[in-house]
Amino acid sequence: MNAVSNLLGTLFQRREAGIVVMIVLLVAAVGIIQPRFLSLETLRIVMLAIPLIMIAAMGQMMVLVARHVDLSIGSILGFSAIVAGMMFRDLPDWPVLVGVLVAVALGGALGLLNGLLVTIFKLPSIIVTLGTLSLYRGFVFLVSNSRQVDPQFIPKSLIQMSQTSPFIGIPWIVIIAFIVALLTYFFLDHTRLGRQIYAMGSNPVAAPLRGIRVVPVTLLVFTISGALAGLTGVIYASRFGYVNPGITGVGFEFTVIAAVVIGGVSINGGVGTVLGTVLGVILLGTVNVALPILGVSAFWQDAIYGTVIIVALLIDRSVRQRGIKALSGARSNA
Amino acid sequence: MHANITTETGAPLMSARGITKQFAGIEVLRNVDLNLMRGEIHALLGENGAGKSTFAKILAGVYRPTRGTLMLNGSPVEVSSPIAAQKLGITLIHQEPISFPDLSVAENLVLGRTDGALLGRVPWAQMTRDANALMDLLGVRIDVTKPMRGLSIADQQMVEIARALASDSRLIIMDEPTAPLTPKEVETLFKIARRLRDEGRTIVFISHRLEEVRALCDRVTIFRDGDKVETVATDALTDADIIRLMIGRSLKEYLHKTGSTIGEVALKVENLTLPGFFADVSFEVRKGEIVGLGGLVGAGRTDVARAIFGVAPAASGRVAVNGKEVTISEPSDAIALGLAFVPEDRATAGIFRTLSVEQNITAAIPKRIAPNGVIRRALEKALASDSVKKLRIRLASLRQPIGELSGGNQQKAILARWLLTDPSVLILDEPTRGIDIGVKAEFYDMIGELAASGRAILLISSELPELLALCDRVLVMSEGRLTANLSRTEATQESVMHAAVPKTARQTVGVAA
Repeated sequence: MNAVSNLLGTLFQRREAGIVVMIVLLVAAVGIIQPRFLSLETLRIVMLAIPLIMIAAMGQMMVLVARHVDLSIGSILGFSAIVAGMMFRDLPDWPVLVGVLVAVALGGALGLLNGLLVTIFKLPSIIVTLGTLSLYRGFVFLVSNSRQVDPQFIPKSLIQMSQTSPFIGIPWIVIIAFIVALLTYFFLDHTRLGRQIYAMGSNPVAAPLRGIRVVPVTLLVFTISGALAGLTGVIYASRFGYVNPGITGVGFEFTVIAAVVIGGVSINGGVGTVLGTVLGVILLGTVNVALPILGVSAFWQDAIYGTVIIVALLIDRSVRQRGIKALSGARSNA
Repeated sequence: MHANITTETGAPLMSARGITKQFAGIEVLRNVDLNLMRGEIHALLGENGAGKSTFAKILAGVYRPTRGTLMLNGSPVEVSSPIAAQKLGITLIHQEPISFPDLSVAENLVLGRTDGALLGRVPWAQMTRDANALMDLLGVRIDVTKPMRGLSIADQQMVEIARALASDSRLIIMDEPTAPLTPKEVETLFKIARRLRDEGRTIVFISHRLEEVRALCDRVTIFRDGDKVETVATDALTDADIIRLMIGRSLKEYLHKTGSTIGEVALKVENLTLPGFFADVSFEVRKGEIVGLGGLVGAGRTDVARAIFGVAPAASGRVAVNGKEVTISEPSDAIALGLAFVPEDRATAGIFRTLSVEQNITAAIPKRIAPNGVIRRALEKALASDSVKKLRIRLASLRQPIGELSGGNQQKAILARWLLTDPSVLILDEPTRGIDIGVKAEFYDMIGELAASGRAILLISSELPELLALCDRVLVMSEGRLTANLSRTEATQESVMHAAVPKTARQTVGVAA
C-alpha cells in the first residue's frame, strides 16, 4: 500500500504524467462521442498537425527556460517561408536544400537580432519580440510585394516530405520533428551549455557569479529559437503547399507558447523538459484535430481551444499538488 | 590534537594590506591590515555597517578594493571576481545561499566550474557519485538528486560548504551563517567548521552572537565605522570589552530632545507572540511619549511592529489602544483605530514609485478625498501642498512621480501620508535609514513635535545615538524577546548593547511592566 502510494506520488510528481492522462482522457471522450475519431486516418491527421508546432516549440521552450519569451516566431516563420518560397519560384534550378538552408539561416539571423536587442539594450524580451513580431511581418510583405507563392511553385520533393514515409506510414516531417526534439533533449540535458541555460533561468543573479557568460548564452538561445522557426517555415510550405504573406505563421506564436506551457515549462524560467513539451504539443495537436471531427462550428473552435488550455493547466496543477502530497504523506509514514 | 591558533606565528595564508573601499565617494572601509592564519577560525565582529561584510566581500572577489592589496601565501593577488576567488581557493558562503533552486543539489555543486568544453557531455552518474562522496565527507544526509528548492537553509549552507570542498578552498568565509539556523543545526555547522580548521583550512566567521564567537573562534577582529579596531585572541577579551570596542563612539551633537508631557497609555501590548519571530512581548507607550525599540537587525522588532499594525498579525497576545482592547487583523483595522506605521523598507513597502507625490501623500485617506468614490482633485491638491509646506518636502511639482525625489524627501512624504490620518499612535521603523544628515536632523525635530502634540510614538532604530537622544524610554529586543526596558537615565550605549547582543541561545528575561 505504502509502496504503491509512493510510486504513484513519484509518478504524479513528474509533470509529464498529468499530460499523458489528459491525452488519454481526451482521446477516449472524443472516441465515445464520435467513434470514427478512433481510426488510423485520424492518427495520420494528428501526426501531420504535430511537426509544425513541435519544431518551433523546442526553440520556444529553450527561450522560456532561460527566463525569456519569443513572441516573434510566427513572423520569423512567415519571413523564412516567403523567402524560401520565392527562391523556389524564381530560381527553380537551384537545389531545394539551398532554400531550406536559407530559411533556417534567415530565421537564425532574425532570432539573433531579437537576442541582441534584449542583451544590448537590456529590454524585456516580451517587449522586444512584441515589436519584432510586427517588424518582421512587415519584412514579409515588403520582400514579397504582398504576393502569395502559389502551389505550382512549391517543389514536388518538398511536398512529398509531408506525404511519403520512410517506414510504417510516419511522414518525413514527423520524423524530422522528432529528430529535432531528440537533439534538443541531448543539448539541454547532456551538455554543459544546456545546463547553463537552466541555471541562467533559475537564478539570473547567481549565473554570472558562477562564471556563466549570460550574454552569449542568451544570444544563442534566441538564435536557435529563430532558426527553428525558420525551419518550421519550410515545413509549412511542405505541409500546406503555398506561402501567403498575410496568413503564413500569423498567430502561430500563441499556439506554440500554449503547447510549451501546457507541457510544464515554467514562464518563470529554469523549469521544463523536452518530454513535457512534446506531450504538450501532442495534446494541443489532438485538440486541433478533434474539434472539427466533433462538428464544432468554426466560430466556436477558438473559444474551446482557449478553454482547453486553461483547463489543462488547472488539471495539471491539481494533479501535481496531489502527487506532492502523496509523496510527503508516504515519507512521513516511513 | 590540534592547537588553536591565538597568535601570529608562521606565514599567514591571506594578508590584507591597507584595504580601503569607497562607495560613491564614501569610505566604508579604511586602511585595514589583517592576517588570516592557516588553521584558524577568525571572527569578524562589529555593528551593522561597521565594514565587516564589505571586507569579507573584498576577500571573496565580490567587491574590488579602492586601495590596498591582498597577499595570498606571501605574494600579491588580484581577486577580480568570485570565479577568480574560487580558482584561488577562496569561497564565500552567504547567509541565504545563492543557488539555482530548480537544479539538483549535485548540479548546484559543480555548475559553473570552468573545466570542460561547453558542448562536452554532462557526466550525470559521476556527478551524483562525487556529490554523495562530498556529503559523506561532511557527514550530512542530503538527497543530491533532489532540487535545491526543497532544502532547508541549513542544508543549503551544507551544499555551499561542500562546494567549497569540491574546489578545495583553503579560505572559507561564512557571512552570518547561524542567523537562520536552529541550535542543533548550529552545532552541526560548528563541528564541520572545526574539522575544516583542523585540516589546516582558514575559516572566517561573521556573527553578531558573542556566545558563538566564544565557542568557535580562535581570534576576533573588531570593526567599527569602517576601521579595524583590534585583532586579538578570543580568550583575551571579556564580553564587555568586545561590546565597548564595537560601539565606542560619541553621541552626535545635533541630537536634542523636545520636552513633552506624558499622558495616559495610548498603546498597550501584552504577551504578543508569533512563533518563529517573537515571543511574550509586552510594553506600553503613553501619549506624548517617545519609546525606542532597539536591538540588532533580525531581533524581531519589525515583526512586532508589523503584528501590531495587522500586516502579519501575532498568533497570541493582547493589544489595547487608548485603554480599549482591540483586534487588529489587517492594516485597515489599525488605521481606523488611529494607528500609523511608516515601514522600514520604503522602496517596497512604503511608496508607490510611479504615482505622483500628491497621490502618495493622500493614499491613506481615500474616504476623505473621495467621499462618493470620485476623487476631489482640489482637496487632494490642497492637502498635499499643505503637507509639503509643513514637512518642508523639496520637490519640483506635486504631480512629479515620487520615485524622482531623494530618499529623505520620499520618507517625509510617507510621514505626511500618515499624519493626514491624524494618528494617535505612530510607529516609525528605521525612519532615518539611508537619508542624509541634514534631513535626519529635521526628522528628529518633527518626531519631537509630534510627541509634544500628544501622539504616542514607537521608534524602531538601529542607531544607538538616535535612540538615546530622542527617546523617553528604550526597549531592547534580542532574538525575538524583549530583553530590556530602560528609562532615559538607565539607557546608555553599553546597557542597550548588552541587552541587544544575544548571550545564550534561549533567553528569558522578565520585563518590568
